[in-house]
Amino acid sequence: MSTQSGQPGTIFSPALAARFDKLVTLYPVKRSALVPMLLYAQDEVGYLSDPVIAEVAQRIGITELDVRNVISYYSLLRTKPAGKYNVQVCTNISCMLRGGNEILEHCKKKLGIPNKGVTPDGLFSLEEVECIGACSWAPAAQVNYDFHENLTPEKIDGVLAGYKAANRGTGK
Amino acid sequence: MADVTFTVDGKKLTAPAGTLLIEACRTHGIEIPAFCYYPGLSLQAACRMCVVRIEKVPKLQTACTTPVAENMVVTTESPEIAQARKATIELLLGNHPLDCPVCDAGGECELQDMTFKYGAHESKFVEIKQHREEQQWSPVVFFDRPRCILCYRCVRVCGEGMDVWALGIQNRGAGAVIAPNKQDHLECEECGMCIDICPVGALTSGTYRYKTRPWEMNHVGTICTHCGDGCRTTLGVRRGDDGMDIVRGDNRDKSGINGDFLCIKGRYAFDFANREDRLTKPLIRQADGKLAPVNWDQAIEFAGKKLREIRDARGGGAIGVIGSNRTTNEEAYLLQKFARTVLGTNNIDHHRTADYPAFAAALNHSIEPGAGSSGTPALAGKAEASLRDFASAKAILMLGNDPTEQHPGLAWQIRTNVRLNNARLYVANHELIKLRRQATSFLQIREGDYPALIAYLGGDDSALDGNGEAAKLREAIRGEESLLVAFGSEFRGGDVSALVRFGSLLPTVKFACLADYVNSRGAADMGLYPDLLPGYVPVGAAAHFAEEYGSALPAQPGFDLVQMFDAAERGALGALYVVGSNPIARYGVDPAALSNTFLIVQDMFLTETAQLADVVLPAANLYEKAGTVTNAFGDLQMVKKAADKAGVRTDFELIVRLAGALGADPKKLVPFGRRGVQADFGQARGAQSGEVDRHGVWLAAHHLEPKLSPFDPFAILDEIQRLVPAYNVPHFELLAGDDQHLRPGLVRIEDAGSRRDLVLPSNDTLFSSGTLGRYSQMLSSVMEARKPAETAAD
Repeated sequence: MSTQSGQPGTIFSPALAARFDKLVTLYPVKRSALVPMLLYAQDEVGYLSDPVIAEVAQRIGITELDVRNVISYYSLLRTKPAGKYNVQVCTNISCMLRGGNEILEHCKKKLGIPNKGVTPDGLFSLEEVECIGACSWAPAAQVNYDFHENLTPEKIDGVLAGYKAANRGTGK
Repeated sequence: MADVTFTVDGKKLTAPAGTLLIEACRTHGIEIPAFCYYPGLSLQAACRMCVVRIEKVPKLQTACTTPVAENMVVTTESPEIAQARKATIELLLGNHPLDCPVCDAGGECELQDMTFKYGAHESKFVEIKQHREEQQWSPVVFFDRPRCILCYRCVRVCGEGMDVWALGIQNRGAGAVIAPNKQDHLECEECGMCIDICPVGALTSGTYRYKTRPWEMNHVGTICTHCGDGCRTTLGVRRGDDGMDIVRGDNRDKSGINGDFLCIKGRYAFDFANREDRLTKPLIRQADGKLAPVNWDQAIEFAGKKLREIRDARGGGAIGVIGSNRTTNEEAYLLQKFARTVLGTNNIDHHRTADYPAFAAALNHSIEPGAGSSGTPALAGKAEASLRDFASAKAILMLGNDPTEQHPGLAWQIRTNVRLNNARLYVANHELIKLRRQATSFLQIREGDYPALIAYLGGDDSALDGNGEAAKLREAIRGEESLLVAFGSEFRGGDVSALVRFGSLLPTVKFACLADYVNSRGAADMGLYPDLLPGYVPVGAAAHFAEEYGSALPAQPGFDLVQMFDAAERGALGALYVVGSNPIARYGVDPAALSNTFLIVQDMFLTETAQLADVVLPAANLYEKAGTVTNAFGDLQMVKKAADKAGVRTDFELIVRLAGALGADPKKLVPFGRRGVQADFGQARGAQSGEVDRHGVWLAAHHLEPKLSPFDPFAILDEIQRLVPAYNVPHFELLAGDDQHLRPGLVRIEDAGSRRDLVLPSNDTLFSSGTLGRYSQMLSSVMEARKPAETAAD
């Protein structure tokens, strides 16, 4: 994680720090900015590290304990690094009926990691999630912010290969 | 607010509009069960135990969140409600371990009581319980997760009550769990409020866990021996090998001036009493220079003989006496009487932590003729504040001191008052003290600027010129109808009178002068001064004392504490009698200074001072005796004997015995048996710890006062009340355990500004308590645990 600071005393990029400066002024109470701030921070840093928690607490004016209380409430927020591509497979009712569990099992085998695991190269992580709102196209999975629908084991193989290729394309 | 009338269980009740239904019912003797509701804390409505049926409302409602309304019709007990509560308990017990036989809370557990009442003893849940190992969060706090019923009381009392915010809730639903602020441990004030408030055994204390059962102890409500707030602490005592051991301290008795509050010292720092290295045998220095144990007669005889020889050969002026901040009023009083009438000296002093003589003088000046030509003292407005006043005052001015560290009980009262009553708190301090977080306005000044601040508040604009913050503070204070002023030891001598003079410009004002130890105030009031008798009567004006004592008192002021050691150094002090004090460590006295002085030390431990003594007498502590103490605010309270240790004696008894060995008549020293010699001390009924004190309540109610023994402190209390009118409060309430605020009228009219300033603040923190604190294992372990964290933060 980068510690270069856009402005003194922040671990975030200048753009994000500026965004946060504004964010806390938008609500009647600063605390309302907490969840959006955590989501943006997680997108930039990859997860909510101790320094992230410390800075968010300081920006909002609450204790680190308060920040952790909120983080632990939401499964979307994580305090450990995920892979570069976080594969979230839905196994809620609609997906389950149409083979969501099989997709999850297939991913586990294919990536060689359990639920909530991260591949050794840090490229993929796998997570079983509740409904992602794609019931009409079940079974579905979400990789970072991209949706992949009407999945079959073959189809998800293609999806994973696509990300792998895309990663190679970026040069790392 | 206007009253509303409503019906509960067929009874017509009235309560002020806005009262919560649960409170209104409790006031009228209708108990509605609740786990999460706690008076004074924010509402949670988490436990669903307090559900009641309100007519015309479709579902059961929580009584803890429903304000009473006109014509409301409520049912609090019915089969339907019992069923709902039973179901709630069943869910709570879903994962609650049934380890009541080993749980600390067993026998005083609210969940246990409720299960007993609603009978949800059969569980429909067959799943295996999820066990989690117990965690230690700090030397004080242990957490047993599966026992937790998530009532959030601990979270709220820590945050709202203590302003520490060290506990939170993590995860959600069935996985929700109480979490400490440092992930696996706590960094907090270690007050133990979370443990006391826990309705079950989820939070337990390092001191008490797995030690005993609640019903195996006697519970004695007495006064904490540490700081000057005088909080009530309830000591659980159990018979041990050599007397009654203290096993637990808590706030079971919430009737004290501290309300719900106790800090780490009141709760856990009683452990010095049970230490192995306590002195239990008198010691005399032998020819080989070593201290060796002797029996009591030898020690008292020897000490008495030497004192007599020195007094007869060199006069009383060659003997010095140093008293204690932790002995009772009766003991302090007796010590000065012993010094002045038996030893014949005014060389008596104690470790002063606040300038009470100046305070008494200032208060008296403010009622002097200047206040009104008619001669009516304008006393009502310019009095001393009780600690209780801080819980209800509309406005408080806090000058100097750091109550969070040094007067945690006061800090609690102020925080509670600000939170619940929107009291206005004005703080001026040279440090950024924590209490500023509750302050309406906070003014930081330089350490030496307190006198200037008072001058400025009093109207002298030049004193703090151009300080906009100070101007705002002055403006706000001038707008207050009534004000409580508490000040620390930053104010002494002339500054105290200046402050009180400033106060007399305001419509209604009360003052509190903060001192450091449990009976610092009592020691001062009882005349442990070389120039002042009890009640701050100058030694030169001792007429009524001489009359009461039946002998003349030395009229010249004696040596103060510093002069005593100077005199010892030049060989002019033949003997020094030190009671419950450690001046060698406190004042950094060179031990060689005492090489030509016969030294008698009365203490619990072989302190730095006791190590130099020729005679060491093992003394009882405040938890092992009865008597009265006066807190910094002038609240007089009774201490009750809770513990007992074989081999030690109270300071009171030791002073009387020593006087006897000097050839004095004990009956003159302690006026006992004046009303005849018929009484029952309760022995006939098998007196146990505290029994004699309870018996005393009965006797007082029947106007019987069996002071039959020269070791009875209450015989001396009578004499104190005759000589110090401020202490003349009703006996009955005192014996019943109620705090009694001193009456006005401590004397000392003359100006105190010219006296030598010997106030030495002890600067104790939440986790230290003078020499005594060093002998508390719990306080040391907390200090130890905090050290690495502090260096890491630097």
